[in-house]
Amino acid sequence: MAIFLDDSSKVIVQGMTGSEGMKHTQRMLSSGTQVVGGVNPRKAGTEVEFEGGATVPVFGSVAEAMEATGADVSVVFVPPKFAKDAVIEAVDATMPLLVVITEGIAVRDTAEFYAYARDKGTTRIIGPNCPGLISPGKSNAGIIPADIAGPGRIGLVSKSGTLTYQMMYELREIGFSTAVGIGGDPVIGTTHIDCLKAFQDDPETDAIVMIGEIGGDAEERAAAYIQEHVTKPVVGYVAGFTAPEGKTMGHAGAIVSGSSGTAQAKKEALEAAGVKVGKTPSETAELMRSVISSMR
Amino acid sequence: MFEKHGVPVLAGATADTVEEARAAAERIGAGSGGVTVVKAQVKTGGRGKAGGVKVAKSAAEAAEAAEQILGMDIKGHTVHRVMIAQGARIAEEYYFSVLLDRTNRSLLAMCSKEGGMEIEQLAVERPEALARVEVDANSGIDEAKAREIVEQAGFDAETGEKIVPVLQKLWAVYRDEDATLVEVNPLVKTEDGQIVALDGKVTLDANADFRQPHHAELEDKASTDPLEAQAKELDLNYVKLDGNVGIIGNGAGLVMSTLDVVAYAGEEYTGGKARPANFLDIGGGASAEVMANGLHVILGDKQVKSVFVNVFGGITACDAVANGIVKALEILGDEETKPLVVRLDGNNVEEGRRILAEADHPLVSIEDTMDGAARKAAELAAK
Repeated sequence: MAIFLDDSSKVIVQGMTGSEGMKHTQRMLSSGTQVVGGVNPRKAGTEVEFEGGATVPVFGSVAEAMEATGADVSVVFVPPKFAKDAVIEAVDATMPLLVVITEGIAVRDTAEFYAYARDKGTTRIIGPNCPGLISPGKSNAGIIPADIAGPGRIGLVSKSGTLTYQMMYELREIGFSTAVGIGGDPVIGTTHIDCLKAFQDDPETDAIVMIGEIGGDAEERAAAYIQEHVTKPVVGYVAGFTAPEGKTMGHAGAIVSGSSGTAQAKKEALEAAGVKVGKTPSETAELMRSVISSMR
Repeated sequence: MFEKHGVPVLAGATADTVEEARAAAERIGAGSGGVTVVKAQVKTGGRGKAGGVKVAKSAAEAAEAAEQILGMDIKGHTVHRVMIAQGARIAEEYYFSVLLDRTNRSLLAMCSKEGGMEIEQLAVERPEALARVEVDANSGIDEAKAREIVEQAGFDAETGEKIVPVLQKLWAVYRDEDATLVEVNPLVKTEDGQIVALDGKVTLDANADFRQPHHAELEDKASTDPLEAQAKELDLNYVKLDGNVGIIGNGAGLVMSTLDVVAYAGEEYTGGKARPANFLDIGGGASAEVMANGLHVILGDKQVKSVFVNVFGGITACDAVANGIVKALEILGDEETKPLVVRLDGNNVEEGRRILAEADHPLVSIEDTMDGAARKAAELAAK
């Protein structure tokens, strides 16, 4: 099962022929992902050979690629300037899952394509400014290194890429059903809540790690959702306790504005919902290990 | 920026010195019986409360006000520039803003007949007096949406009709300038019935700089921290803090987490003497050049007593990261004078640690865990 992505997922890559697209398509293929096509109107009709013997055809549009291959996931590596057009194209083609890796997209563009996709109602967007998602041993849509951790029964959702990797590494002996990096931008397509809901419904997930950071109120709303709807154990971590007010900390969305968006408020909200929150990533991993061992 | 998009504003000019302020007040005050308003130009709110806005009845008074305001500190921002604006006979003060609403992943317009005061206060004390109207990112504030906003705010028909076109122009500012906030407080009706944006605040999206090249001119270089300015030139994601443990890591989330872990270690093991000195995210690749640039900026911070390099080797495995660190230290040579605590973890970690151990740099120590490395760096800084 896993969530959003499994071994039957057929992946295309928008921006495959660029340098990042090539590098990560190779990595996705090497980890066993069915990458069935790339999209680039200027190279339509050609094929790209990858190490390990895979040959991936390039199509002129997302719609053509879907028609020819039955793809149901697209990973977007298109540069920020052109990302909105790439997303709109995939939404118009009714691509079911769209993973937008691109960092640095203007928030006006994201707000516009998010509203467009929401009104159409046929595409789930993950990202932008995210590492994508991996269901270890099954499929990998994005840039999460597949060799950090194998399959297991923990679900992970995180705003941060490297904290996703760090947490997967710390818990590699237990393994993951799916790990989703939802991205650090102010507007993102899939939220903590969407992932919590999917993990709650996934029979292959026993417990959930949720990683948040300063900015916005997504963690507070996730806490309220957990209290109402999630019966599986959830362990949390929040980054940015020492971040000063009014400064953007790397991620465009990571900013404390006035008294809102603080790490302290997020931690308190999660704890009030019964979530155990670790002080450091290692302590969080330790909390998860004790949750898992008490289930056995 | 408001003028460019046709938003009605009063005549005004900026001044960096008292003399410039006097000259501007003479020119601008001519149309309003000598009355001008002198306002601090700083990138924060609450200027009025801090004494950064003064009414002057003559050019001499304007110069005096400028003298008081220039150099003033408002919430950590030093005032280097004032705006001299024409005085207006205000009949009523209103409030309007349009902003990115992260919670609903949409846009939100807020409008009130009660302007002038801080909107956070109004929202808490009299929420019913503040209209909140969702704005679709694609359709924006057209005439119908502007009408909906003024109706919800409870304006009479005559005033409402005058405000509608102003809101459409403020929407043009929001959309065409790639803003995430456009706030007018107060939006006023003058005694002769004109609607004027008296004071405003605009927050711009740095990710849109590629299509807004003129935004670079708006940057107040004088009030940017020199280390932050240097880091920006080197294309590094750096934020200066006030502690003594320099921090470098890869990935925004991991670096934020590193600051927290160092702060905890500082409290626990040094009685609060060690605190994080900066945020610096060098991204996934961690090449030698980027690492060297990062260390260069951090070592330029005289408060820094130790440096914590915290890298998770994911896409770029630990051996490549370790080689990058070794080469960066070669590039820096004698410039590197502070103890460096390195924590490497992730793919190919044994090889990475072996490379660092073999290089055997006298100032570098290697720690296995993030928490352990934070403690070591804190203790070194507190010595």
